[in-house]
Amino acid sequence: MIQFNQVNKWYGDYHALVDIDETIAKGEVVVVCGPSGSGKSTLIRTINRLEAIESGSITFDGEDIHRRGVDLNRLRSRIGFVFQQFNLFPHLTVLQNCTLAPIEVGGARPAQAHQKAMALLDRVGLAHKADAWPAELSGGQQQRVAIARALAMEPPVMLFDEPTSALDPEMVGEVLLVMQGLVRDGMTLVVVTHEMGFARDVAHRVLFMDQGRILERAEPHAFFNHPQHPRAQQFLADIRTPFARAP
Amino acid sequence: MLDLIHDYWLYFLVGQYPQGPLGGVAVTVLLAALALLLAMPVGLLLGLARVSTIAALRRPVTVLVYLVRGIPLLLMVFWIYFFLPTVTGHKTDQFSTMLIALVVFDGVYLAEIVRAGIQGVPRGQYEAARALGLAHRKAMRRVILPQALRSMLPSLVNQFVSTIKATSLGYIIGLTEASFIATQVNSQVFVHPTAVYLLLSLTYFVLCFGLSRFAFALEKRLARRALPHMARSPGSPTASAASNA
Repeated sequence: MIQFNQVNKWYGDYHALVDIDETIAKGEVVVVCGPSGSGKSTLIRTINRLEAIESGSITFDGEDIHRRGVDLNRLRSRIGFVFQQFNLFPHLTVLQNCTLAPIEVGGARPAQAHQKAMALLDRVGLAHKADAWPAELSGGQQQRVAIARALAMEPPVMLFDEPTSALDPEMVGEVLLVMQGLVRDGMTLVVVTHEMGFARDVAHRVLFMDQGRILERAEPHAFFNHPQHPRAQQFLADIRTPFARAP
Repeated sequence: MLDLIHDYWLYFLVGQYPQGPLGGVAVTVLLAALALLLAMPVGLLLGLARVSTIAALRRPVTVLVYLVRGIPLLLMVFWIYFFLPTVTGHKTDQFSTMLIALVVFDGVYLAEIVRAGIQGVPRGQYEAARALGLAHRKAMRRVILPQALRSMLPSLVNQFVSTIKATSLGYIIGLTEASFIATQVNSQVFVHPTAVYLLLSLTYFVLCFGLSRFAFALEKRLARRALPHMARSPGSPTASAASNA
């Protein structure tokens, strides 16, 4: 469904993605992890071209996303994206946040978009907040609305860029629960996250990245119990015993 | 002073109208209103061009902005009044001269306000709109500009107020606006210059103050709708206090 072919990305002299080759199948749940600055956010942002790439190609359902002249807006509307900072539109109500794209991009009638948005808000448990302003919600609620907003375009794929990293700890669970619901429905998910519990319990596959390369790809069980690459072993040791290396 | 008002109030308000051309405060208000109305879309378009990724759009506008910002409005008036007729072939009347000068001048300053407003909206807002599939134009119109306009409002009012005052430059080229008429009155009465110019100052003050109050009311109405939420971080106590205000 999503295919990387020899993708390279530079920020000036900094080689952010190095020769990425990867295939993500339909219905697969892939967690991307690794230390900060390893390129995992950059990787996920290239999938809907929020970041340009310098060489190689990324195809989505056979279409080259980074090709000039591609119908980018149509492609993007088929790839849901959830940001670390939620990025809800503060001047629109919760409901309007969820109906904007269906009406403006999908050409839906307002009544129809409204009805669908309400169903999605109900699914993330926030139908009662439909008329609230985004800033009246907690971080966890905002992120759930952001997920509903992305789902409103009925994308076959959802990308999550550290969806719980900006949340207070007690709100992480409610967001992960909604994501777990998407997995149960058979949706294709690519998730950049530090939530190793989510990776272990929900992911089909884990990609471990460092310095712009995918160093390890494995099933969660194999990755957490028998990491192959020394960098992955180090990473897992560090997150399990964060004080071990303290002086 | 009361005699002065009694004798000249109509002349000060409308000039020689209806026997002669419209003048006085009426021309000042008309000129300022038209200038604002026309400068706003000009400023918006120039501002959008200033933040465009297309260099062919951005560069000439940037040059225009620096050029216009670098010369006094008075000189712009002279250029239009004396130079433009050599191009067009017929004389530009005083009102049109001032209107063109103000629209160009304001358009450029408004463009910078628009640019700052757009750039003040967090990058994530634009990314979120684009990620949903909205084209650049729709993202601007539906997501970025509504937020930018609210933060721009105080600067816009500033510019509008200075436009009202800048209409007085019409005096130099003989446009019969309020300052010109007041000077006429002064030379007829001759003995009360303080009273005449005090009344003129008061007139400008009332116009500007009125506009400021109107804008303030507008700002508060917008704020009631959504503004306080924009500056808030989720769940912070000071923020929830602000939303109740």
